[in-house]
Amino acid sequence: MSLAVDVRVRRGGFEVAAAFEAPAGETVALLGPNGSGKTTLVSAIAGLLSPAGGTIQLDGELLDQPNGDHVAPERRPIGVVFQDLLLFPHLSAEENVAFPLRARGTPRNEALARARALLERFGLVGRAAARPRDLSGGEAQRVALARALVAEPALLLLDEPLSALDVGARARARELVRDELARFAGVRVLVTHDPVEASILADRLVLVEDGRVTQIGTPEEIRTAPRSRYAAELVGMNAFHGRLDGEADGIGRLAVEDGLVVVPWPEAFGGGPVIGLLKPADVTLSLEKPAGSARNVFHGHVTSVAVEADRARVRLATAPPLIADVTLGSVHRLGLREGALVWASFKAVEVDVLPA
Amino acid sequence: MGDTALVALRLSLVVATTAAAISLLTGFPLAWALARGSFRGKTLLRALVVLPLVMPPVVAGVGLLAAFGRRGLVGVWLFDAFGIQITFTTAAAVLAAWFVSFPLAVLAIEAGLRGTDERLEDAAATLGGSRWYVLRRITLPLLGPQIAAAVVLSWARALGEFGATITFAGNLRGRTQTLPLAVFEQLQSDPEAAFALSLLLIAVAFGVILSLRGRFLR
Repeated sequence: MSLAVDVRVRRGGFEVAAAFEAPAGETVALLGPNGSGKTTLVSAIAGLLSPAGGTIQLDGELLDQPNGDHVAPERRPIGVVFQDLLLFPHLSAEENVAFPLRARGTPRNEALARARALLERFGLVGRAAARPRDLSGGEAQRVALARALVAEPALLLLDEPLSALDVGARARARELVRDELARFAGVRVLVTHDPVEASILADRLVLVEDGRVTQIGTPEEIRTAPRSRYAAELVGMNAFHGRLDGEADGIGRLAVEDGLVVVPWPEAFGGGPVIGLLKPADVTLSLEKPAGSARNVFHGHVTSVAVEADRARVRLATAPPLIADVTLGSVHRLGLREGALVWASFKAVEVDVLPA
Repeated sequence: MGDTALVALRLSLVVATTAAAISLLTGFPLAWALARGSFRGKTLLRALVVLPLVMPPVVAGVGLLAAFGRRGLVGVWLFDAFGIQITFTTAAAVLAAWFVSFPLAVLAIEAGLRGTDERLEDAAATLGGSRWYVLRRITLPLLGPQIAAAVVLSWARALGEFGATITFAGNLRGRTQTLPLAVFEQLQSDPEAAFALSLLLIAVAFGVILSLRGRFLR
């Protein structure tokens, strides 16, 4: 049992091309910034959008074929929880949950009984007769989840399931979603722009940026070895995107949008676009211009200082902008606060260079 | 008053109700095409749909005569092939009433379709609803108030129809003489009866609207 996606989907002038697999028993999160194409992928998997090419396969059955053959959404064994839930406003909570059963021909009484049993499991037995507009955000979210699960789909597809909730309701809802994901035996796909949500709920992350999959891995793998600017930002690393040229003595010059960074030349690399990753802890801050061997030296204002435990994360308006991770002692010694002028430096060899 | 009034009232109710029902049945697909379709000539179609609202009813009656009259484009064929003559029958009164009232049904339903969230229908499809099932369980119930409005508006317009009816269907007591036509005729011989008939028409219309209030209309 698994979902295998390898498609190109067009919506408006935007094309999303993505390939990933989601085995049953594992929660896969599509993680990416808003507008990266995640919801377009959800529409394609749910069957609401026909791909421009490629295949979508669920449990060995081709739902979308390269020749354009397309299984209609109502014939796909997929339960979707939409971003804004899309509960039917004219039906009660139990009628909403019973809908997928009724649509597939289950008699009314049996469908309602099964819907009520599921609502009971979700702690909503007293709200069965309520209309969606009378439900709280958390209740509506549970009704939507129950509605997606009631017909026992092979794939559970959650599109930003917690985004409609306020902060208080979100923590509780997240636990419910985690429990339900854990007891759901089929394929589980979660779509989110929230890295915390993704790393709590998912076993594997598929990073989607600008309509492309940029990295697939466990949260741990992505934390230790991000492979894109977005991934680097997620885990709080410095990322330099640009062209690498001018090799000399194993060192090259990486021209980024607003500056130049000196980095090691990767083995067997002919030049071209790369991404350079730098840990914030490898950036050294000083009040005087450093006289040491560091090849990268920048001067600029501090834009923010965020204290975490015994360390501080300092953001600098240098060119390119940098994030430095320093001890609280340094914060006091250097008088680091918003607006302060400092020098930042790091060695070329500290930058990890990957072809982009 | 008396006989003339009752006969005309009964005929008016039959004609208006039949016309409103046909307006709903013909208006729904048209409204669907206008709200959801994307095809060439959509602007033209919308203009054609609204046309009966803005043309004088007498002109509409002349147009219907040109199409369905004994020597009209369709009428001559209907008569030659089937021996059917529409003019001067109750069917002609219904056709006239339908012609001037169906645009109101189209406009009301189209506005309703534009106001409903299509993604609810998408959600229903992913939950296993076939197109027909989604139409029945989601789209139509969500459109309930607009459908009621379409029926009431087209029924009211059909009830008051005068010009197209007298031009196309004539003024035959018991067959095409609806209440407004009876009022017009009485006004020339018995103005007091005309006033009484007018009051009756107003009362019936008002009663129907009141009875729908709370159930469909707010």
